[in-house]
Amino acid sequence: MGHGILLSGADNIDFMVHGIFQYSFFGHPVWITTTHVSVLIVLLILIGFAIAANRAMAKASEEPTGFQNVVELIVEKLDGMIDGTMGRSAPRYYNYIGTIFIFILFSNISGLLGLRPPTADYGVTLPLGVLTFILIHFCEFRYNKPGDIWKDKCSPLPPWLPIWLPINLISDIAVPISLSLRLFANVLSGTVMMALIYGLLGWIATAWPAALHVYFDLFSGAIQTYVFCMLTMTYISNARNDN
Amino acid sequence: MDFNENFILGCSAIGAGLAVIAGIGPGVGQGIAAGHAAAAVGRNPGAKSDVTSTMLLGQAVAETTGLYGLLIAMLLLFVKPLLP
Repeated sequence: MGHGILLSGADNIDFMVHGIFQYSFFGHPVWITTTHVSVLIVLLILIGFAIAANRAMAKASEEPTGFQNVVELIVEKLDGMIDGTMGRSAPRYYNYIGTIFIFILFSNISGLLGLRPPTADYGVTLPLGVLTFILIHFCEFRYNKPGDIWKDKCSPLPPWLPIWLPINLISDIAVPISLSLRLFANVLSGTVMMALIYGLLGWIATAWPAALHVYFDLFSGAIQTYVFCMLTMTYISNARNDN
Repeated sequence: MDFNENFILGCSAIGAGLAVIAGIGPGVGQGIAAGHAAAAVGRNPGAKSDVTSTMLLGQAVAETTGLYGLLIAMLLLFVKPLLP
């Protein structure tokens, strides 16, 4: 039976996550998927880079040369970005924000290496959102008095009338969901678009899709990385009540 | 009542098309944000990098609703939740 024009020539369109290896985890079938492989490759690249950077910085000189320049440039740019948003409390978050920035950036542009970007799987972006969620609420409870938190959760109305409490709680829970869905949907839309172009156009799609890769993988990926980190920093600053 | 598979797939495709109409809102919103950012840079060229980063952040947040529409469309087209 026919599935219409979209699926007629679409045997080689492929942007789904595939299972590679199935094993049993306490009787529950669990799959090793292509996403795991992509994450592993990205992590190996990053770990290799980190070891090389560590070697370079171990014999660092006063006047940086070669690879030391690159490492210092990356670290300075990241620290500058975090300083600009979080101000006084920035040094405590250099490690977390820097790590997720580099991981998401490499995941997003790994489409250039022919991988399916790991961030185009909701199972990768949701944990990132949940990490941010945990950090936000850890900071909130650490740096605020319980009474102030209660007052804030009932905020438009006085604290003895908690009618707005459920709405504020829902908007708190929506934060990690919207953070992770934004990243996921952006990367997924790029992946699907490229798969459709390569799958449907066949030999016509030679050479010129490189321009689209620049947009979908590099530009969109970098913007979404920046946005994810910016929003994480803004939420944490708000929770810490810095200003 | 029973509908055959083609009918459900066709209705899913129509629903996917309707869901992507959600892209109108973010388009208008991002255009407004970019226009105001251009005006701001024209008034104060020194603040170009600050204005650009604020604009990108706001645009990315405004884009979210459109992306939800896109997600619904993709679910309807490729996951086919309406098929029995």
